[in-house]
Amino acid sequence: SCSCTVVSKQPLASKMAGADSDDSLYPIAVLIDELRNEDVQLRLNSIKKLSTIALALGVERTRTELLPFLTDTIYDEDEVLLALAEQLGNFTMLVGGPEYVHCLLPPLESLATVEETVVRDKAVESLRKISHEHSPVDLEVHFEPLVKRLASGDWFTSRTSACGLFSVCYPRVSSTVKAEIRQHFRTLCSDDTPMVRRAAASKLGEFAKVLELEYVKSDIISLFTALASDEQDSVRLLAVEAGVSIATLLPQEDLEALVMPTLRQAAEDKSWRVRYMVADKFSDLQKAVGPEITKNDLVPAFQNLLKDCEAEVRAAAANKVKEFCENLPEDSRETIIMTHILPCVKELVSDTNQHVKSALASVIMGLSTILGKDNTIEHLLPLFLAQLKDECPEVRLNIISNLDCVNEVIGIRQLSQSLLPAIVELAEDAKWRVRLAIIEYMPLLAGQLGVEFFDEKLNSLCMAWLVDHVYAIREAATCNLMKLVEKFGAEWAQNTIVPKVLGMANDPNYLHRMTTLFCINALSEVCGQEITTKHMLPVVFKMSNDQVANVRFNVAKSLQKIGPVLDSNCLQTEVKPVLEKLASDQDMDVKYFAQEAISVLSLA
Amino acid sequence: IAEKVDGFPRRSMRRARQRRSHSSSQFRYQSSQVELTPLPLLKDAPVAELHDLFCKKLQQCCVLFDFLDCVADLKGKEIKRAALNELVESVATSRGVLIEPLYPEAIKMISVNIFRTLPPSENPEFDPEEDEPALEASWPHLQLVYEFFLRFLESPDFQPSLAKRYVDQKFVLQLLELFDSEDPREREYLKTILHRVYGKLLGLRAYIRKQINNIFLRFIYETERFNGVAELLEILGSIINGFALPLKSEHKQFLVRVLIPLHTAKSLSIFHAQLAYCVVQFMEKDATVTEHIIRGLLRYWPKTCTQKEVMFLGEIEEILDVIEPSQFIRVQEPLFKQIAACISSPHFQVAERALYFWNNEYILSLIEENCQVILPLVFGTLYRVSKEHWNQTIISLIYNVLKTFMEMNSKLFDELTASYKVEKQKEVKKERERAELWRNLEDLQERRLQSLTEASRNQKNLQERENTTKSQSETSAANTT
Repeated sequence: SCSCTVVSKQPLASKMAGADSDDSLYPIAVLIDELRNEDVQLRLNSIKKLSTIALALGVERTRTELLPFLTDTIYDEDEVLLALAEQLGNFTMLVGGPEYVHCLLPPLESLATVEETVVRDKAVESLRKISHEHSPVDLEVHFEPLVKRLASGDWFTSRTSACGLFSVCYPRVSSTVKAEIRQHFRTLCSDDTPMVRRAAASKLGEFAKVLELEYVKSDIISLFTALASDEQDSVRLLAVEAGVSIATLLPQEDLEALVMPTLRQAAEDKSWRVRYMVADKFSDLQKAVGPEITKNDLVPAFQNLLKDCEAEVRAAAANKVKEFCENLPEDSRETIIMTHILPCVKELVSDTNQHVKSALASVIMGLSTILGKDNTIEHLLPLFLAQLKDECPEVRLNIISNLDCVNEVIGIRQLSQSLLPAIVELAEDAKWRVRLAIIEYMPLLAGQLGVEFFDEKLNSLCMAWLVDHVYAIREAATCNLMKLVEKFGAEWAQNTIVPKVLGMANDPNYLHRMTTLFCINALSEVCGQEITTKHMLPVVFKMSNDQVANVRFNVAKSLQKIGPVLDSNCLQTEVKPVLEKLASDQDMDVKYFAQEAISVLSLA
Repeated sequence: IAEKVDGFPRRSMRRARQRRSHSSSQFRYQSSQVELTPLPLLKDAPVAELHDLFCKKLQQCCVLFDFLDCVADLKGKEIKRAALNELVESVATSRGVLIEPLYPEAIKMISVNIFRTLPPSENPEFDPEEDEPALEASWPHLQLVYEFFLRFLESPDFQPSLAKRYVDQKFVLQLLELFDSEDPREREYLKTILHRVYGKLLGLRAYIRKQINNIFLRFIYETERFNGVAELLEILGSIINGFALPLKSEHKQFLVRVLIPLHTAKSLSIFHAQLAYCVVQFMEKDATVTEHIIRGLLRYWPKTCTQKEVMFLGEIEEILDVIEPSQFIRVQEPLFKQIAACISSPHFQVAERALYFWNNEYILSLIEENCQVILPLVFGTLYRVSKEHWNQTIISLIYNVLKTFMEMNSKLFDELTASYKVEKQKEVKKERERAELWRNLEDLQERRLQSLTEASRNQKNLQERENTTKSQSETSAANTT
């Protein structure tokens, strides 16, 4: 229907109307029967193809027959209603273009009042979408009255939906109507039910953005203050985010008087949920209020959040440490960090709660770039080392995963002594997900620590993972080998890992033997033709006689995989006979994969 | 043996279930800790000083202690515990203690101790059915405070007219918020206390109902988390019992817009018994709500969760147990379509639960009275499932049901058996027609879109041609000048 937009309205409408003549084939009753089918699934399918039905009816009958039907029969399963709410958001062209778009309002209005949140939200989304397609006149004549009706509805659902519609019509209506809209919004902010106040609080920031500055100061501030001291913490916490938006709208000189008292109060709210929200939005808040207020107000507030009695809040604040420090005004950044933030951070390193420590560990390394080499060595390094020895594997992992930041500033050697025991311990952790996570950092670590350190200390770990009892670890270990070879080169591979990998081909455990094949699959390309042909291929051939069928069909798969690395002579004279033999294996799967390899490698 | 299967030793990774955890949000905002000194015993006080001493003890009990640190200030904790014990004892046994000036002091002591923001759940995926709840660490004191509050409310000296000044809307709201406590011991106390408050302070009743509504609506549509739903429903069960007739529209609205949608909750199993009780209470009060209830349940019928489906069937049976025959007729059609759908469920517990309805004598009598309507609704399903179900028990249950129907109305039964094949063929034909309709519709859509694209292309060409002629004429015009 996007092509429709290029066409001017008139010919399109007449074109659609003209095509109506052959619609006697589809009396509306037949189509409506489909929408009324007893089976929910069929009904749902029909609703999802509502545009097809509308197109079959033409714009006129869609407006006069289909939409009234939809409006009247809006009692259905929520899933059907959700699909309907979504469809109607894209229906403008199907009812005849923007000049008729208001026909879509009645069904959407009903949908915006249903109980189920998902349906309501979708209806509001569609209403917001089609609001832009209304002319300013239609907006005042049709859309705004709908918003008003919703805003004064009996049941909380309609009032909740109204909250999301004010901001889309406000900018395009006359000043009288604007005044009414502001009044309705004000009323909903002090609604009797907390559900509506929550909806209003969550849209306060958005609404403030479309208001004229004078009304932001006169209206929005008082609403913000009231919502931020609501009796329910679920309302107060939503006001925090609105506060951030409002702060970005006001000139610097008004912030102190209009917003800061409320935000200060939120940072010390008696409910941890509100304080959590403040911590969570701290970086946005910091950007919104600017450097001066940050220095005077936010620094102490942030210190308090880092020392909060509730672990949830401390963890949220700890997550923001790096971002907060980064965004501090440059002239005083180092002093503030060293005298105010770092002491709190030091305490968090030995926090009683592991989520707090792990949140800190995920950002703490970032401080080294901000503080520079000397401070990092003197103040941060001891913290890194302490976290590397933490009892919680997640904390250690988070430190290890961010090593690159430190590497840039002080080089990784400073840490390597403590790093090794931490890595070894994680490598042998009882939880396979922890082992998996550390494997993923191996290539990075190898790059930073260098080949000598790796060969000496880490190589044996990488090989041990190949025989882990969890498949996901063996698989990751295989992939890890490939990445290591990419880093250290084929020669290194040939000397250090290929012999070990090939040695496993003689293992009594068939799973170990299969690991050899998986490694060959991964390594053949990075190792190149020579190593593959000379060292790996003979082993693969030998395994084609394995007594376990799974090994044999994996031989076929491996040959298919490494075929492209080999030269054509080798393929014809050596690979082909082996595959042909496997293709006449007694096992069905071996046959299948051998035939597949033959056809992929074009050896038939 | 396991090693032979996959070649690797299996190491058991399962750890013992997490031990019970304690959390507390009690000890939070006290800047300076007051040292407590023991006061004389209440029972030793001369009558003239009794009230004064009672008041001092109440004030003493406003001091909060850190229970997460179990060795901190043991002396103070013991003094407070003893004082609370005395207060409980005194208010429970002696008459004439509760005089007017004590009300604000008592309510203040209770507020300071019990009202707090509940701590975040230590286990964010806390599952009340599986996990051990986190217990309130300060329970040794908190329990006594609750006990005191309860005795206070139950005391024969208790005067609602005095209490209502202090036990106000704000107080009740905070009390309701505490129902979210993970600690079942606390919720148990709260349940009894709220019930007493509802019973004694008539002015708060409407407010309490409204706030419970809000809690439920938030639970249903916003958070799906609230630990005290079962307790609140239990209180409501007895409140509904006391509703006057005819039911006010507020109460009907509560049934239709709150209680019925509560069935959609994921954690239904935790409070289903209490919820079903409330629903049946409503029906027994006023039979005309039956249709709302049954249609509501059918609307929210679980689609994928068989465990919930069994619960719904259980509730339907409870409802049918007390349904009035005139109401039954109004809902039998949609209801038995759903029951038929349950019978054909591949989950045998669902099918079995539905088939058990035929063991219920009252339900059976309702079915018999309306056999003409019900049998055609379920016959096809019974016939088909009796041939296809994988579970032997279900098949034999279905045979019994078919036999019952045969005895009820053998003529209708024979007719339906005879027309079964024809009906099946009709359905297949209808299905073919539907497919045909949609194929045609989609063809039509294709043609329409094509012609629209063409129209727009023509339009564009036309415009371009116009533009070129225009610009040509402009250039020629420019040339002439």
